[in-house]
Amino acid sequence: MQFSKNKKNIQWDKYMVYIIFVAVFILFAIILGNKGFLQPRNLINILRQTAMISVMAVAGVFVMAAGQIDLTVGAVTAMTAMLVSLVLQATNSILLALLVGLGFGMAVGCINGLLVTKLKLPAFLATLGTMELVRGAAMWITDTAAVPIDNKTFCTVFGIGSAAGIPVLVLWTILFYIIGILIFNKCAFGRHILATGGNENSAIYSGINTVKVKIIAFTMSGAFAAFAGIMYAARMQAGRYSYGDGDEMSVIAAVVLGGTAMSGGTRSVIGALFGSVLMGMMNNAVILANLSSAQQTMIKGGIIILAVAISNLSQRKKNN
Amino acid sequence: MNQYVLEMRGIEKSFGVRVLKGVDFSLKKGEVHALVGGNGAGKSTLMKIMTGVYTKDAGEILVNGQETSIEDTHDAKRNGIGMIFQELSLVQSMTVEENIFLGTEVVEKGLRKTAYMTERSREVLEELGIDVDPKEVVGNLSVGMSQMVEIAKAMEKNAKILVLDEPTASLSDTETRQLFKMMREIQEKGVSMIYISHRMSEIMEIADSISILRDGKIVHTGRIADITMDEIIAHMMGENTGKKFDWVQRTYDQAGPDLLTVEHLKVNERISDISFRLKKGEILGFAGLMGSGRTEILETMFGLRNREGGTVSLKGVPVNAGNPGEAIRNGFALIPEDRRKKGLVLIHAVKENAILPKVAKLRKQGIFVDEKAADEMVNDNVEKLNIVTDDIYKRINLLSGGNQQKVVIAKWMNMQPEVMMLDEPTAGVDVGAKAEIIDLIRNYADEGKGVLFVSSELAELMAVCDRIITLYDGRITGEIDRGELKAEEELQYAIQQK
Repeated sequence: MQFSKNKKNIQWDKYMVYIIFVAVFILFAIILGNKGFLQPRNLINILRQTAMISVMAVAGVFVMAAGQIDLTVGAVTAMTAMLVSLVLQATNSILLALLVGLGFGMAVGCINGLLVTKLKLPAFLATLGTMELVRGAAMWITDTAAVPIDNKTFCTVFGIGSAAGIPVLVLWTILFYIIGILIFNKCAFGRHILATGGNENSAIYSGINTVKVKIIAFTMSGAFAAFAGIMYAARMQAGRYSYGDGDEMSVIAAVVLGGTAMSGGTRSVIGALFGSVLMGMMNNAVILANLSSAQQTMIKGGIIILAVAISNLSQRKKNN
Repeated sequence: MNQYVLEMRGIEKSFGVRVLKGVDFSLKKGEVHALVGGNGAGKSTLMKIMTGVYTKDAGEILVNGQETSIEDTHDAKRNGIGMIFQELSLVQSMTVEENIFLGTEVVEKGLRKTAYMTERSREVLEELGIDVDPKEVVGNLSVGMSQMVEIAKAMEKNAKILVLDEPTASLSDTETRQLFKMMREIQEKGVSMIYISHRMSEIMEIADSISILRDGKIVHTGRIADITMDEIIAHMMGENTGKKFDWVQRTYDQAGPDLLTVEHLKVNERISDISFRLKKGEILGFAGLMGSGRTEILETMFGLRNREGGTVSLKGVPVNAGNPGEAIRNGFALIPEDRRKKGLVLIHAVKENAILPKVAKLRKQGIFVDEKAADEMVNDNVEKLNIVTDDIYKRINLLSGGNQQKVVIAKWMNMQPEVMMLDEPTAGVDVGAKAEIIDLIRNYADEGKGVLFVSSELAELMAVCDRIITLYDGRITGEIDRGELKAEEELQYAIQQK
């Protein structure tokens, strides 16, 4: 094993998502430039549309860095949107709506954490179960009826407004990424998560309470997903049980594309943003190219496989 | 007719350094042949060549007088050689029957003949006097029972030669009796066994003949009846006894009250009534064979295992750590036996590993980690402990074993624990790094800290410890003052005593 070669591969792997991102961007700019892909409005639109996935992907990085997986996020956005809409309808109190929404998300996350650590269920199955429970509850609470939101302030601040020409959805996304990066790069807790995912035994032998670490990671995931639900509700000015359907998979794809290993112990927060926007860009492109939604879905699947395969191959080289 | 079932002649093997230097080893039909030797003498290398895990560099292997080549484990199995591994190789989630036939399932028209295999398993188990249902899941069996199932598995494959590597290390007395009974039955069927163990009394009891390895050569081979335990130990040691590490006079005055007092500590039914004291500046060694309870005692004090009884007091104040976090806050540190599994996060950098227990304390303004202070600390570690690495951001799995171990030691020295516990800290590190680690331990104690030191290398214990406690099967069997020890043989002898 030659070290110099090794070093080169680490770099390559680290920047994989950015290389793919730039390549895809240039490709779309050439093919779809005359269809409006490059117009600022379109580009901002991509960021707005991916804001929810992007926010959930921050928490996704925490969960996966700890060696876990969280499938509940999509369902939590839906239930949170329902709860927030109902509270606003009943009380018109934004504060109460936020408390109920975020509280719900954190409660679900905490339950996931307890199922994984105390009952020792595999995260995949535990969160698969809670996902169904939460999605079902979101349908059941109004018997699948949508709940409109009349509170203009709420919708402006969390969904449709903009400040200095930048949509609030984008501003919120930036805020959550700053929080995520700070926790990982500046706080002891970030280190504890990485150690837990990297080698749980060593973390335990180093005095880290890995049970607590995992519960916090899941709780954060729930809270971030709840905030994404608030964004959905504010943007659509209504709560619907169908929000976030399949988002858990998009989040996982964004996080892995971004360079965070599913096996735990590594992280790239900013990579997850690029992964999320990359997928948004692809969605946007297939719409601009006038492809049917069936074709869109298939292309999306193919591109995810391709991108993960490329980053996986460079990872494998590194380990040899 | 050749009387030997297996002959190995002039076996050479080197991994950069010569591990086996022309080993001759012969095994008679139906005998139990003990193979002994200190750590690194080449026992496991020789056995791995025999069982096809390694290939020899030179020499020849004869089975039943016919030269044969053993290139991989299949060749070994074909020649009727089976190995019972220290770490059992059964699949925990499968039944006894499924394990016995794993890889050799009897199949008819693509379907497994389960009824036949169950019946055949039952026969084999009954023949060997193993009282277990073939339908039982292996995970539910005791270690001793699993081991017997493993032997049954080898017997079903018609093994003519069985290698047993430290089979009694984690067995209770009763289980050991059962194992020996079974070994004798197998022996009567004409099966030969190679028995690797450090437990002299067991060797004297079960073996017919013995070969002693030292520094890659067989230094003695003969009948067990013609040799005494003292002679075996003398052969294992050779002339260069204990010359690798010399005692260095230490500087700290160990007068004053006890730093650590442990009274009647009970880990489980087997390991109990552990009492000892430790002064500031003192290094206390634990010597004992595999399975004597050394690791368990340290892990219990570090909050990794439930304490079933007894008290642990630090500076006269009882401490009771329910988890490692509390133990660390109380002033304990544990350098675990397996650095790769328990000591390090291999995919992370040197720095991340070295600051892990300390990181929550390395904060400025209460929230953010002070990266500058962390870098300084780790750079300081690298310099003081002479850790060879390009920089502190290098991934730790790219470092050599000795340097990895120094990072583990640095990680705990940064915590400045009152009681530093080290479990086999020099296992798998080169001689140079070993000497450096020994020095680090000495210097740490000279700062007025207490050190508990577990090692299988008795020469090392003698070089650093002020006192040595000997353990056998979970009990303290003696305590030796360094000054009383004249030679390593004495300590070797002491750890064999019940």
